Amino acid sequence: MAKVLLEMKSITKTFPGVKALDNVNLQVEEGEIHALVGENGAGKSTLMNVLSGIYPYGTYEGDIVYDGEVCEFHNIKDSEKKGIVIIHQELALIPYMTIGENMFLGNEQGSKWCIDWNKTYAEADKYLEMVGLEDSSKTLIKDIGTGKQQLVEIAKALAKHAKLLILDEPTSSLNETDSRALLDLMKKLKSEGMTMIIISHKLNEVSYVADKITVVRDGSTIETMDAKTEDISESRIIKGMVGREITDRFPKRHDVPIGDIMMEVRNWTVYHPEFAERKVVDDVSINVRAGEVVGIYGLMGAGRTELAMSIFGRSYGIGISGTLILRGEHVVLKSPKQAIAAGLAYVTEDRKGNGLVLTNSIKTNTTLANLNAISKGSFIDKDKEYLVAEDYVQKLKTKTPSVEQLVGNLSGGNQQKVLLAKWMFADPDVLILDEPTRGIDVGAKYEIYCIINDLAKAGKSVIVISSELPEVIGMSDRIYIMNQAKIVGEMKASEATQENIMACIVKSGSEA
Amino acid sequence: MNTFSIKNVLKKNVMTIALIVIYVFFTIMTGGNMFTPSNVTSLIEQNAYVFILGVGMLMCMLTGGNIDLSVGSFVCFMGAIAGVLSVIKHVNTPLTLILVVVVGVIYGAILGFLIAYLRIPPWIATLAGYLAFRGLGTQILISVSDTSAISNFPPELLGIFSGRIFESAWGTLNIPCIVLGVIGAAAVVYINISTRANKVKKGYQADPLGFVIGKSVLEVAVILILAYQLAMDGGIPVVLIWIIAVLVIYGIITEKTTIGRHFMTVGGNAETARLSGINNKLVMFCAYLNMAVLTVLASLIVTARFGSANSFAGQNFEMDAIAACIVGGVSAYGGSGTVMGMVIGAALIGVINQGMSLMSIDQDWIKIVKGAVLLAAVVFDILSKKGNKRQ
Repeated sequence: MAKVLLEMKSITKTFPGVKALDNVNLQVEEGEIHALVGENGAGKSTLMNVLSGIYPYGTYEGDIVYDGEVCEFHNIKDSEKKGIVIIHQELALIPYMTIGENMFLGNEQGSKWCIDWNKTYAEADKYLEMVGLEDSSKTLIKDIGTGKQQLVEIAKALAKHAKLLILDEPTSSLNETDSRALLDLMKKLKSEGMTMIIISHKLNEVSYVADKITVVRDGSTIETMDAKTEDISESRIIKGMVGREITDRFPKRHDVPIGDIMMEVRNWTVYHPEFAERKVVDDVSINVRAGEVVGIYGLMGAGRTELAMSIFGRSYGIGISGTLILRGEHVVLKSPKQAIAAGLAYVTEDRKGNGLVLTNSIKTNTTLANLNAISKGSFIDKDKEYLVAEDYVQKLKTKTPSVEQLVGNLSGGNQQKVLLAKWMFADPDVLILDEPTRGIDVGAKYEIYCIINDLAKAGKSVIVISSELPEVIGMSDRIYIMNQAKIVGEMKASEATQENIMACIVKSGSEA
Repeated sequence: MNTFSIKNVLKKNVMTIALIVIYVFFTIMTGGNMFTPSNVTSLIEQNAYVFILGVGMLMCMLTGGNIDLSVGSFVCFMGAIAGVLSVIKHVNTPLTLILVVVVGVIYGAILGFLIAYLRIPPWIATLAGYLAFRGLGTQILISVSDTSAISNFPPELLGIFSGRIFESAWGTLNIPCIVLGVIGAAAVVYINISTRANKVKKGYQADPLGFVIGKSVLEVAVILILAYQLAMDGGIPVVLIWIIAVLVIYGIITEKTTIGRHFMTVGGNAETARLSGINNKLVMFCAYLNMAVLTVLASLIVTARFGSANSFAGQNFEMDAIAACIVGGVSAYGGSGTVMGMVIGAALIGVINQGMSLMSIDQDWIKIVKGAVLLAAVVFDILSKKGNKRQ
């Protein structure tokens, strides 16, 4: 048996009023990849913050034993000195600095008063090679994709002489190819003796990469599974996470009649707003019928969001051409306002960035896209607004003490429900849902799927954009496959499998 | 849940309480001088411009912490324009008023266009106005007058923006003032009680009855004391009517209308606002157009108060307006802030100004104290928000 590198014993951490961690135990052996899984808010990030000293020694109970000694970390510097390095979910790189500058930020090479740039870039290149990144360390961060940025983060951690690397949702903003590359890099680092803890929602990735899996639920560690001796299939992990077996991850729709074509887009082409010669959507034609759920599957960067936003009142892109037909009539929608009026809704993939106002209440966010419905003239009827918001909180089972709660204080899943409520209240005929379940836990996902089914039942047309294959196959009636700005395939969900969808993409890639 | 406790009430109204405490403090320190009718009146008249400009600045700040640096210089410029029209060219009063408003609208539209549609950062676009209008105003005044000031405005013009309504002799009780005070107090009580009754009827969370009564008693006391003080000093100042009108109108706009909601949303998250069908550019445009129109009003009020337009009118007015907003809890990043908060902020600074002046404290010290108060208000605001988050 390998040496135990880290042991967290009976960790309890309380915030005013909430016990975030309750008697948590975690053992990590040297040279293994240990996955922490659990629903949002289960306490995974809190645990890692305790470990890395973000919550300093003394604010929690219990012991951290690392490399055979009890540690008292007062800040991140303390834990980094010991070789514990955490890579957060949101990348912390500065876009207008070079890779090398970013890597040695706070850890500058050279003498105390003067940075040795030659040494900086030489060192940087050395670590970049270790993570398999071919770009020069003098490239600006903004010029490389998120996949490569994640590699830079890892190189940065290696440069700090990390012995225990903690990766918090490392693949959440990566496409499948980049994700796979990252996971393979983790395996390679493991073979070189690195110990890693990975926090992830993507269970297929966890099964692929982890040696041990610890399930955290409601602030406690529930169980630890060993890949060598136990079954670590996705359904097995989910069972541990939610405490029950979800037999059907995707609720079925029964007897939803599919009607006439509600919206049709023909020969839709969009150019990039900054690089005007680059086509981000190339001659796309799609349609969606009343009561139908249409999936658009594509890797990140395939042009899915660009397509959706350009349809939604030209809110993205320039030089947009093509025809848009709504309910059998040609329409030209020049602004989101016109698009909303015409019965379209675009539910963004970036709920914090452009979907919600985090500093406002659930109430004001819910009514935002359809203020006129609760107003007489210009005057808002606050009673009506309150009732509307209350109604949606109950319908969508949003967990909150009241509708006056600020959206920024809600969990990801509940924020997503508020975002859906906002667009449902706008009463559209066509809803475009862009990554509706990104970054939310399994239980909340199921509830979002039920809402989608209810929308279809009510005769709405729903377009679901997703980069999760099981989700697209499980939820859609019909699937479009998008790759490199083009629609490269269309199939009925009943005929779709993960294999033939990926085959579509591979085939189109080789043709290009 | 949204629990009601004394602590929460104190926390929410900390600026109001600070205002009362500081006012009482200065009243004691000046041996009651602060509380005399004439000083109460002059407190209102001296600070009238801060309330008016503060409202305009609030609307700008709501859209994302944007400010207008040109208002002080524009006050000077508009004073000069009004003087030239009314005194030099003998244009009649109604036409003078129409023309100055038109000039204000033109400037506001140009500024709004530069900021909203050409995307010039507000502080740069308005810095240009800050520099240019001071120079322009001064040049106009120099070119028409040896003293570089225009006085002898027609009384009917001054009467619209200064003086008293139903003026009575100093020291006698002005009856219309008392009557209006009582009506105002009754209206406040009615609004408080009917708001609560409505909430109770519909089953929403309402404040306890005791709190509403206490709040009403306090408000009635303030209004009646103010009415009495004003009544003993010749009646209600005309500017007070302007101030109340502007505050009520903008209070309603920000709290109760879709337009106000649009301003808040653009400041809260501009991208969300855009994708929710709000015309962000139009909102920004309106904010600066509105600011310019209110600046014209402030300019007329200031000109009427001194009875003359001069080249140093409006100095640092933009800073006073910004300070009132910040002390009044308006977010420096946009998206939150109320008219009432700004009013408390403006009053707080006004009271400190007057109190220290009455105590014959040096102007430099007054500036130091005001700076400290501004900083303290922001620090307090940030710390109390942090405290909330942790819970």
